[in-house]
Amino acid sequence: MAAAAAIIGNAPPAGESQMGPPVVCWLEECRKDSVPLVGGKCSSLGELIGAGVRVPPGFALTTEGYRRFLADAGGAAEIQSLLRGVDARDMGALETASASIRQAIEALPFSMELEDMIAECYRKLSVRCCMPAVPVAVRSSATAEDLPGASFAGQQDTFLWIRGVDDVLDRVRRCISSLFSARAIAYRANKGFDHDQVAICVGVQKMANSFTAGVMFTIHPANGDRSVIVIDSNFGFGESVVSGEVTPDHFVVNKITLDIIDRTISRKLVCYTVDPKTQKSQAVEVPFERQEVQSLIDDEITELAWLGKQIEKHYGCPMDIEWALDKDLPAGGNLFILQARPETVWSRKIQPGSAHAGGSAMDYILSSMLAGKKVG
Amino acid sequence: MKFPNPHDIKAKAIPGTEGWERMYPYQYQFVTDDPVRNQYEKDTFWFYDGLHYPEPLYPFDTIWDEAWYLALSQFNNRIFMVPPVRGVDHRIINGYVYISPVPVKDPEEIGRRVPNFMERAGFYYKNWDELEAKWKVKMEATIRELEAIKIPRLADMEDMSVVTDAIGESKGYHLLKNYDDLINLGIKCWQYHFEFLNLGYAAYVFFLDFVQKLFPSIPAQRVTQMISGIDVIMYQPDEELKKLARKALELGVDSVVTFSKDWTQVEAALKKLPKGVEWLTSLDLAREPWFNISTGTGWFHHDRSWNDQMNVPLSGIATYIGKIKQGASIDRPTAKVRAERDRITAEYRGLIEKEEDRKQFDELLGCAKTVFPYVENHLFYVEHWFHSVFWNKVREVGVIMKEHGVIEDVEDIWLLRRDEIKSALWDIVTAWATGVTPRGTKTWPKEIVWRKGVMQKFKEWNAPPAIGTAPEVIQEPFTIVLWGVTNKSLADWAAVQDVRDPANVKELKGFAGSPGIIEGKARVCKTVSEVGELLEGEILVAPTTSPSWAPAFAKIGACVTDVGGVMSHAAIVCREYGMPAVVGTGHATKIIRTGMMLRVDGSTGAVTIAR
Repeated sequence: MAAAAAIIGNAPPAGESQMGPPVVCWLEECRKDSVPLVGGKCSSLGELIGAGVRVPPGFALTTEGYRRFLADAGGAAEIQSLLRGVDARDMGALETASASIRQAIEALPFSMELEDMIAECYRKLSVRCCMPAVPVAVRSSATAEDLPGASFAGQQDTFLWIRGVDDVLDRVRRCISSLFSARAIAYRANKGFDHDQVAICVGVQKMANSFTAGVMFTIHPANGDRSVIVIDSNFGFGESVVSGEVTPDHFVVNKITLDIIDRTISRKLVCYTVDPKTQKSQAVEVPFERQEVQSLIDDEITELAWLGKQIEKHYGCPMDIEWALDKDLPAGGNLFILQARPETVWSRKIQPGSAHAGGSAMDYILSSMLAGKKVG
Repeated sequence: MKFPNPHDIKAKAIPGTEGWERMYPYQYQFVTDDPVRNQYEKDTFWFYDGLHYPEPLYPFDTIWDEAWYLALSQFNNRIFMVPPVRGVDHRIINGYVYISPVPVKDPEEIGRRVPNFMERAGFYYKNWDELEAKWKVKMEATIRELEAIKIPRLADMEDMSVVTDAIGESKGYHLLKNYDDLINLGIKCWQYHFEFLNLGYAAYVFFLDFVQKLFPSIPAQRVTQMISGIDVIMYQPDEELKKLARKALELGVDSVVTFSKDWTQVEAALKKLPKGVEWLTSLDLAREPWFNISTGTGWFHHDRSWNDQMNVPLSGIATYIGKIKQGASIDRPTAKVRAERDRITAEYRGLIEKEEDRKQFDELLGCAKTVFPYVENHLFYVEHWFHSVFWNKVREVGVIMKEHGVIEDVEDIWLLRRDEIKSALWDIVTAWATGVTPRGTKTWPKEIVWRKGVMQKFKEWNAPPAIGTAPEVIQEPFTIVLWGVTNKSLADWAAVQDVRDPANVKELKGFAGSPGIIEGKARVCKTVSEVGELLEGEILVAPTTSPSWAPAFAKIGACVTDVGGVMSHAAIVCREYGMPAVVGTGHATKIIRTGMMLRVDGSTGAVTIAR
């Protein structure tokens, strides 16, 4: 993990605001308890960095930055007026209101101070990544998103492969405006959340230029076995794995000893890579000679599983993790965690133990003997 | 699941072997003339015991099969009253042994057996250590008795002492009696063999079963690792070789010990040096009992011991002298092995969520750890020490038979059943006493020539892994743990029958014996005498390994065997050395050739051949 620190570097505090909460901050400054300031996604990434996990570097426009943005340009009042009198049960009216609000927000200028701070963070990020105008992912990180029972997941927009300050600023605005999608407005109205009280944060993070990417569970998703780590991987971005578009390579690693106890190499027809011209993610055919090649080498599988084990240890529960192997960086320091959240399916169930546990060894032997072992 | 009908298989006799049935006890036959037995045999699931018998049985060697047929079954069914299972039934086709666990079908009877089992097995589990100490005393006394047995020559005139001491018995009578004693000791030794083994395996099987319920993906090798003994006597023979290597260097006779691979030359050279004589004294101390280690599994007459083949331990000592001179450590990393065992156990335990499951884990682990040393240690006493002495005593009987012209070569004795030997000895002693020629001089040599031909044809026959009808449930602990009879293994066995084109096999599947992946050149060693050819880093491919192969493991990069499970010698030693092992592949030595490039994945149990 020493390599992680070297890549991320010791970034100076980003938010230079003299008083009050910062308007921007680096991901590594975020922690579990930063949710009100940076939202769920960014605080979780910050928590991972704090745990020593390598995460693509980035920064966040905080909820304070969001409020400042709306206040500086008088946006808050405009939104209030556009929402006035809208019936939350009338989807048509909601759509109309949402469209006007989003249009208004996307047209609002940043104040000079705010624009400078975001631009400076982006410049520093590019320097840290040793790339001019580093490609980034711009995505919203809602403060209410990870609240139990109030899932906004997927309701905010994500923009990939964004380069240059102007484009970054533009996408930040669009992320902010996504807080006012028709569905989000309706949801808040139904739940009784005040639109004033809800704030959004926007994360700007280096795009992992994945050679290979995928997901990892620190529990067996099929049988709930907690002693294994299961990895699915394909070439290119993780989209192909997450969406289920391809049958990925599948590895089962022993969590205790980190050896690979089962592997299935699939024929992988499609993967996602960036189109160098448009700088957009696109589906391409995997070259024939690579279709049945293992998409992660054994050492990488072991390293990834080790990382998964550390993340699980940090959170204290089985985890569902998205990861990527970055081709811009040398081996040994190129494995990144994009997202980690508690696994929810098996964690709620009871471990598949034995029906008649708890007695003496002799009782167990007898009852098992009577039950026998099914064959045929 | 349906497998071939045993009677159909038997009906297709290999041409030229007709009448082979007389080479084995009659109760081992599949029959068609008894409708009840015929139906039972058809409805029963029989699997080929390739674990113990990778090759057809010689008529004499059937003794150990009969011994365990009796011993295992009686302990299950008549002594401990295991509720759902009686014994294990046996048959032979073309020299290959097929076995089948016999269930108790009546639920009421099972219920009646429960309290008996709890009381009886419970007594052994509760008093395990004390009873095991008694076992050692009984076993060692049995071996001493065996060593003391004399196989007398038949002199033309009996010694004068027979008269002066008024013995009143002849050497002819002693020959008959001592042969009986020899056989009886063998059967007795196998009675002891199973006194603890069923219960030991049961504790292991159900610990394994419990852990697999909690962790469905846990490899069996990890469970074994949690309970395997670190200081088991199985390692002692190898430790003695290391001690002798150090001693040779200490005395400065290492160059004499290593100057030749031929023990007779080395011994002669050592005898000329005072320091050499001192070293030989240390060697003699180590030889009894530790060199009574078989170079095979000990189950067959042709598995000779180190004491019989001193070139084998000599090569091991030479390997260790070489390692020490290179500055390498030859000590077993016991502290590391122990620490790793404890770490693995603690981590798995830490992943158990429910308190009662943790408690059950502790109970079963404790029980398995108590009983498991026996499961490993009995092998040295019975299969190695006792058997090694036993085979040589039988050879002494062979010498007498040859002297009297009943067999032409000492090693021909193995082609006779033990009761046929007894008859032949009667023939010999009565003829000797009477002063006439034994009738057997004209009948046995001819029969032996024919039987040798039959054995050769048997060896070329492919024994189907399973015949008859598979049951839905198997309760017999041995069947599960030793032969690994599971859904998967049945399917694999069905697949094995299709391997008729060894030149094109690219992948072999076995048990994941010891984790890790390695690529390297294969070296096929069919017997331990070939391990001298191993080069550093090669992959050892062997029918099976035993403690006498231990020095080979200091050189190799991985190991692949035909026969054995996760508790087999190769798997255990490879885990200690931290090198991959794939065991129980069925036919690696038939398919792999020396020099082939292999990829051995000891975590998944796959061996890939680069072709």
